[in-house]
Amino acid sequence: MPPELPELVARLPEGAVTESTGPDAPQDQPTWIVRREALLDVCRELQSNRATRYDLLLEMFGMDYPDRDERFEAVYHLYSIPSGERLRLKVPLAESDPVLPTVTTVWKGANWYEREAFDMFGLRFDGHPNLRRILTHEAFQGHPLRKDYDPARRWILTEDKMYMPKLEAPEKGDSMFERMTINIGPSHPAMHGTFRMIAMVDGEEIVASEVEIGYLHRCFEKMSETHTWQQVIPYTDRLNYCSSFINNVGYCRTVERMLGVEAPPKAVWARTILSEFSRVMDHCVANGSTLVDVGALTNFWYFFQPREEIYGLLESVCGARLTVSACRIGGLLADLPPDFVARCRHLLEFIPPLIDDIETLVDKNRIWLDRSVGIAAISGEDAVNWGWTGPCLRAAGVAFDSRKAHPYDLYDTVEWEVPVLRGGDVYDRYRLRMLEIRQSLAIIRQLVDRGMPEGPYVVDDPHVALPPKDACYNQMESMIYHFKLIMDGIQVPPGELYGFVEGANGELGFYCVSDGSGKPYRVRVRPPCFPLFSTFPTLMQGHTISDAIATLGGLNVIAGELER
Amino acid sequence: MSVDPRALELPGVREHPQRPEPRRMTLAERLYLPLLSGLAVTIRHMVQNLLGLRQRVTIQYPEERRRYSHRYRGHHILTTRPDGSVRCVACYLCATACPAECIHIEAGEHPDVNIEKYPVVYEIDMLRCVFCGYCVDACPEEAIIMSNNYDMAYYSRAQSIVGKADLMKPYTIDPDNLGYRPSYPEEDAQRAQMRRAAVDLVAAAKAKTGSGAATPA
Repeated sequence: MPPELPELVARLPEGAVTESTGPDAPQDQPTWIVRREALLDVCRELQSNRATRYDLLLEMFGMDYPDRDERFEAVYHLYSIPSGERLRLKVPLAESDPVLPTVTTVWKGANWYEREAFDMFGLRFDGHPNLRRILTHEAFQGHPLRKDYDPARRWILTEDKMYMPKLEAPEKGDSMFERMTINIGPSHPAMHGTFRMIAMVDGEEIVASEVEIGYLHRCFEKMSETHTWQQVIPYTDRLNYCSSFINNVGYCRTVERMLGVEAPPKAVWARTILSEFSRVMDHCVANGSTLVDVGALTNFWYFFQPREEIYGLLESVCGARLTVSACRIGGLLADLPPDFVARCRHLLEFIPPLIDDIETLVDKNRIWLDRSVGIAAISGEDAVNWGWTGPCLRAAGVAFDSRKAHPYDLYDTVEWEVPVLRGGDVYDRYRLRMLEIRQSLAIIRQLVDRGMPEGPYVVDDPHVALPPKDACYNQMESMIYHFKLIMDGIQVPPGELYGFVEGANGELGFYCVSDGSGKPYRVRVRPPCFPLFSTFPTLMQGHTISDAIATLGGLNVIAGELER
Repeated sequence: MSVDPRALELPGVREHPQRPEPRRMTLAERLYLPLLSGLAVTIRHMVQNLLGLRQRVTIQYPEERRRYSHRYRGHHILTTRPDGSVRCVACYLCATACPAECIHIEAGEHPDVNIEKYPVVYEIDMLRCVFCGYCVDACPEEAIIMSNNYDMAYYSRAQSIVGKADLMKPYTIDPDNLGYRPSYPEEDAQRAQMRRAAVDLVAAAKAKTGSGAATPA
């Protein structure tokens, strides 16, 4: 029985909440099995009880175990920002009646997650305000992430089934304008990817709006289930493609933890440096495109120079610029180039002057201030309730950064701080990214000064990493390992684990489940920009269309990750 | 600007801010004064670019091309034996390792019993390929490597399926054009040394002209 909340548990019927224990229980974080009747009470209590205060719903998703009596499972990952505790709730559901209460009344951010679980698994949520498909088309049939869904099925998706939202706007007051519903996107230059926004405007003011996603659905999670653990790495590149290296690290770290191997010091060192460079790059893109959307083109050019140079560094390490696939489970794909440190030093010299220039150009520029200060402002409390993480949350005054709260790699060995601002608006999101760029560079500088650790770049374990090529050519044993590893894949022991890294726009989590077959049973990604974008209609209430464009850039919504 | 990160570890509940507190403009900002310093930045950049005081950041593609490292994951190459026949033994490891499932192989019997098999058909769908380099990692024969060639354009989808003949085209095996392949540490070091020497030469030349100016090409 869970140690906290004795009063709550006493009120509930016997067996409503049980803690998952024993050898099969997940080892990474406490897991409770909750009966669906008790779910809403438990969630309410966990969220509001000051002793626990699980204020952040990281994610919610479905699971499918066809062999079990209760086939489906709804999984909730909760996080408590004040105490840093993680908790997993699992709600088993029978196939005949996969209905459970919605928790949108507790965490607003649950709205889209529940829609996704409905779309992908057919779980139904009682009392959900808008339960319809989110990633697939309206005319799509079946639920693609169920294990018995045949991925080769094709559906004819007709336009007459296309969804047209009924926007509910407040009563027309004494406004002298005619109300108009306009549609932006999915293919629109201001829409940073393929998103669609339908807005009802009263004059210039948005009175109601809705966003549609799912135009880029890549079936990442379904594809992962039919490929080996290593083969998923190139897919992760395409999540947040502005900082694909961080995605690689997140996934590889998760699988390494499941395997119980540790990447060698050299790989960890390089991962930390390149992750921070990727973060710099991602922030450059986010800020650059926000500014270019409001008409400040010059900054875009200045921002893209560091990005270009960082791409050069990544390319010299792994041979690709955008979709790097630079990590392997257990380390890196290749040894670092001999001039790695020199190139890092060059970048550390090269980037700060450009950042200074941009700050001089826009930080105090009234044209930009008028376009950004107070626009799409959100309080820290609301941002947490909507499930925000990352720079956007820190710009709203909540100092939550996974690198600090749960240090991984080398983050606890360097001196750096988490910048926090209080505005929660477009300006502070921009400003916070600038501060983070400097923090990232400080981290890199310390690590580079420390020097490259000696040793291998990948773990020396033939069950995890391919043996070196000479050994493969010349030794029978290595050759066998080489073949085994490629034909059968890495044998990850059965179990489940939630691994996370701080992505460039929030906590990037990978929830991996293995059944020991050599292929993932499930790879679930916690996409940081999913909750950010689900807040968009609320943020835009009372603002203008031009504000919407400025906001979209500042949220840094990346379609590849949003829709996986 | 920043709070103490240790605040996260403090016991008890820390309340999140209840309302956003946007930044306030100063008088100078209201008067648009900081725009002047911004103007100075752009003018400085313009003058530097006009006088060639710094290296240009753009290149005249396609006449001028960016040099990529010798790890670049570009168009594939099927390597050959000394007699010019394909080195591949059709073991299917590359096709198995490929996460995009873009490699198609049909194996045939090789006349030489020591080799046993060779690919009758070896096709890579370049539009499907994600250039991850897994095929190179998987190959136990060093029969598939990658080149530095990144411009691949086709008139039709059928053309994008590149067969054995195109993959073995000799022009791609220019030592300067090689890309991702099993690593050779000595060679890597040598190339890095050469690149450093080139950089030093340019720096020395710059120092000689006195201004530190790089003449625009």
